[in-house]
Amino acid sequence: MYAQMIKSEATQEDPEKLAAFQARIDAGEKIEPKDWMPQGYRKTLIRQIGQHAHSEIVGQLPEGNWITRAPTLERKAILLAKVQDEAGHGLYLYCAAETLGVTRDELTEMLLDGRMKYSSIFNYPTLTWADMGAVGWLVDGAAIMNQVPLQRTSFGPYSRAMIRICKEESFHQRQGYDIMMKMANGTPAQKKMAQDALNRFWYPSLMMFGPSDKESVHSEQSMAWKIKMNTNDELRQKFVDQTVPQAEYLGLTVPDENLKWNEETGHYDFSQPDWSEFFDVLKGNGPCNRERLAARNKAWDDGKWVRDGLLAHAEKKAARRVAAE
Amino acid sequence: MSSPNSAYPDTPEQAMKPKRHEWPLWEVFIRGQHGMSHRHVGSLHAPDADMAVKNARDVYTRRNEGVSIWVVEARHIAASSPSEKGPLYEPSESKVYRHPTFFDIPEEVGAM
Repeated sequence: MYAQMIKSEATQEDPEKLAAFQARIDAGEKIEPKDWMPQGYRKTLIRQIGQHAHSEIVGQLPEGNWITRAPTLERKAILLAKVQDEAGHGLYLYCAAETLGVTRDELTEMLLDGRMKYSSIFNYPTLTWADMGAVGWLVDGAAIMNQVPLQRTSFGPYSRAMIRICKEESFHQRQGYDIMMKMANGTPAQKKMAQDALNRFWYPSLMMFGPSDKESVHSEQSMAWKIKMNTNDELRQKFVDQTVPQAEYLGLTVPDENLKWNEETGHYDFSQPDWSEFFDVLKGNGPCNRERLAARNKAWDDGKWVRDGLLAHAEKKAARRVAAE
Repeated sequence: MSSPNSAYPDTPEQAMKPKRHEWPLWEVFIRGQHGMSHRHVGSLHAPDADMAVKNARDVYTRRNEGVSIWVVEARHIAASSPSEKGPLYEPSESKVYRHPTFFDIPEEVGAM
């Protein structure tokens, strides 16, 4: 998912307060920033929301790669709007994280020096125009699986950010599928390109949900706190069940020879992705890790004079106003 | 003037960090198309009010969500605290007569 392998923090606090806190969550109440909360809840949320925000921002890079090379002006305008949305999504989430007592620039610094992560999926390259279709259809599709239930998460600002994001996310997935339909119904070369994009993005998309967490202690705590709503396996299964018929409609083949409908379970059986690849990408050894972080660092460094200049200008204006009063 | 803490009106004091030289935080309020009040939609960082309005337009009205934008620097918002919940809101709980449904009006009187 956009937030992967989030470790929940152990909490050693007044058992009475903890019980009252859990009771509020169980009753479906929203926790707001000024309310008492366990340190572990606060820290886990900063890590989770921060990672989600970083994913939105870094996620602009693989798609930004195609803005100047979109095949038509309309496609270019659509892609531009989509990438702009991602910036907005990052911003909503940073704001939610900030209510927990971390500043925007601190979060950015932690991304840039590698203390915080972003989703593994954005370390894969976008090689052809069909990848814009596959990213919208599969990557945003996988993200939606997680984000829709998170609209009901216990932390108020996070829930409100998710509600805004979900409203916009379905545009993302549909524009991606629209590109795939066009390619799949195009020339044989275009269809081949669409199939190639599916082949490359299928397993990395399944990895987005993270490894199985059926027996994970962290996962259990996060689910009790309602900052994680489903297990990784549940969401992955749901994604496969939804996506396979969509691939069939396109006339494309999911690159998994073990994929088949299971009459008994009412779900598709499918192969797990290569988890050693996943851990390797998380460690920084994916195809684009270095490039992505270098691009974000360059943007931050190159933008420094703008940030400083605007702040200096604002302070000068404010000082003049005070002097005039 | 040094830049204020980017603490939300709702951020607990113990969670606040020492001041950093960052763009301040602004709360954004938008009035939709149908004559409703301005409504809080979210926050953003900007160096000053003009830029905050411009950024709010880019971030919060990309799909015709509004016809008017207000921004206010977060540090200027005074907020009630959760510990005041009882004294502030409990008094109204017992005053059921403040709701129109408290009064039984006979059907033959008609709509009221």
